[in-house]
Amino acid sequence: MKVLVPVKRVIDYNVKARVKADQSGVDLANVKMSMNPFDEIAVEEAVRLKEGKEHHAAGTATEIVVVSIGVTQAQETIRTALAMGADRGVLIQSDTDLEPLAVAKLLKAVVEEEKPDLVLMGKQSIDGDNNAVGQMLAALLDWPQATFAGKLVIEGGKATVTREVDGGLQTIAAELPAVVTVDLRLNTPRYASLPNIMKAKKKEIAMKAVADYGVDVADRLKVLKVTEPPKRAAGVKVESAAQLVESLKSAGVL
Amino acid sequence: MAVLVIADHDGSAVRDTTHKTVTAALALSSEVDVLVVGEGAKAVADGAAKIAGVRKVLLAESAGLGKVLAEAVEATVLPLAGGYDAILTPATTDGKNFAPRIAAKLDVAPISDIVEVVSADTFVRPIYAGNALETIQSGDAKKVITVRPTAFAAAGEGGSAPVESVAGADAPKTTFVAEEMVKSDRPELGAAKIIVSGGRALGSAEEFHAVMEPLADKLGAAIGASRAAVDAGYAPNDYQVGQTGKVVAPMLYIAIGISGAIQHLAGMKDSKTIVAINKDPDAPIFQVADFGLVADYKTAVPELMSALG
Ligand SMILES: Cc1cc2nc3c(=O)[nH]c(=O)nc-3n(C[C@H](O)[C@H](O)[C@H](O)COP(=O)(O)OP(=O)(O)OC[C@H]3O[C@@H](n4cnc5c(N)ncnc54)[C@H](O)[C@@H]3O)c2cc1C
Ligand SMILES: Cc1cc2nc3c(=O)[nH]c(=O)nc-3n(C[C@H](O)[C@H](O)[C@H](O)COP(=O)(O)OP(=O)(O)OC[C@H]3O[C@@H](n4cnc5c(N)ncnc54)[C@H](O)[C@@H]3O)c2cc1C
Repeated sequence: MKVLVPVKRVIDYNVKARVKADQSGVDLANVKMSMNPFDEIAVEEAVRLKEGKEHHAAGTATEIVVVSIGVTQAQETIRTALAMGADRGVLIQSDTDLEPLAVAKLLKAVVEEEKPDLVLMGKQSIDGDNNAVGQMLAALLDWPQATFAGKLVIEGGKATVTREVDGGLQTIAAELPAVVTVDLRLNTPRYASLPNIMKAKKKEIAMKAVADYGVDVADRLKVLKVTEPPKRAAGVKVESAAQLVESLKSAGVL
Repeated sequence: MAVLVIADHDGSAVRDTTHKTVTAALALSSEVDVLVVGEGAKAVADGAAKIAGVRKVLLAESAGLGKVLAEAVEATVLPLAGGYDAILTPATTDGKNFAPRIAAKLDVAPISDIVEVVSADTFVRPIYAGNALETIQSGDAKKVITVRPTAFAAAGEGGSAPVESVAGADAPKTTFVAEEMVKSDRPELGAAKIIVSGGRALGSAEEFHAVMEPLADKLGAAIGASRAAVDAGYAPNDYQVGQTGKVVAPMLYIAIGISGAIQHLAGMKDSKTIVAINKDPDAPIFQVADFGLVADYKTAVPELMSALG
């Protein structure tokens, strides 16, 4: 089975995003960038499908292709995935940030070229927070989707996925090919070892341009401004639980 | 312009997230219809018909819709979409699952998790774990929007809209296998007035239950948790508050043994009043807390219980 994993280069999750003074966006100059944490989980699961780790049979995945759409530096993100165990990468270069619909259309074109049996990807990216691309890709391909995966089993031509939903857990089985988006508790991604980082340097990354795919990536949304959320007024420290209850009562909260 | 709201419900009644989404819809248009998808959901539709301001309720039923499978919802909504300029649904896990799928089929950009309607084509939504708010203007003729329920007041009752049946589609390539829902007599996190939330400090599932449950019962509160507490198995996934869990905005949020990572704050910093109990005076949670108590929860929670009487 061939697995395609889209990975996105985003602000590191430890960095607090700062809004630019001119309200044009978030300041990303000299900010640490990393692979979107959910995408790391997707890469890890793909590698486990290949290695036969956990409940997966060895060789469930035979080839893992990672694809990223973004600036030239997104090659580093792809290298990270290759060092974790993916086989090869595709970078579709774009200097402008594309909207989820455009990303989904480009990924559809990649799927048509690569013909994977499974697309495994993050449920949301921690910058755009859209939680949209996977569902849109599935729709464009007319494939079934299984989002927010906390557990994945590949068996009998199906992906059986336990989804983390409001209220608890839901398990569904989607016929392959399918799109599965991953949630936080699916696995804990590995750190790549030094030898694997060295090996990854020799793995192939195909460099593409958005224009190579002939899809309409025009923006549908216009960002009018990006602002800081209202700040909370400074609070007070109380000395005891009794004082806390008193304060809450006099504030009318209790 | 007419707007379609896809209702959120529990199988017997609409949730108040639906009322809140109707409020957002009414900010766009006075012609608001509600679509109830489900199986055996007539009572839900009758309930939706009572929401003030609703013009008409559509009821679509099938086995797949009973499990809210995204493919079934998409195939049910598409034939109806022609009659509407905007389709809204609450940003629950169901809404997040099917809304982008509908948007892709309509070839429009989905607008996720809005917290404000500025005008018929302009909306505000949080990005970067709520550290920034973007105001976006949509150029699409049709809009597909998920609404953050905590940001809108609930529409009232008192309507008497007609209920009409429409065709319900199924999901041929997806089958429902099982579900494991957390049963609780406590209020739902999204709707609770008070939330007590526990973190990694609690140390075990037994301790989490022993400390959090009596306090929640005393306050009539819902229970939440940090990701660390959920990952460690102290609490079910459904309790997680944060960027990737639930977004809540109760009257009172009490964080116990939670450090206040940005991803956690993203889910609770719009709470009316925040209380933090943490033994580390420098914990970031104190930066958003209205009332902070620097103490070991092991002594502070029992004292709080007795102070509450
Ligand atoms: C400075 C700045 C300005 C922005 N301006 C806009 C704007 O004007 N309008 C707007 O809609 N968004 C804007 N964004 C957000 C950005 O374009 C979104 O990230 C993009 O729309 C995709 O949405 P998402 O990442 O939130 O998708 P999600 O649906 O949250 O992502 C889910 C998954 O899709 C995959 N994926 C997403 N993007 C890629 C990618 N590029 N390559 C490979 N895989 C990917 C990953 O597996 C990811 O986990 C801006 C971001 C920045 C940093
Ligand atoms: C992509 C991504 C998404 C995430 N999404 C979420 C999310 O949705 N929600 C979320 O919560 N997190 C999320 N996280 C995780 C987040 O970064 C933090 O790791 C997590 O919130 C920490 O949980 P905590 O505060 O319980 O644990 P810790 O950070 O370990 O804090 C424990 C706190 O308890 C205090 N403490 C210890 N003992 C006691 C005692 N006896 N009495 C009183 N206080 C005590 C300590 O001083 C400390 O402040 C996400 C992370 C990533 C990377």
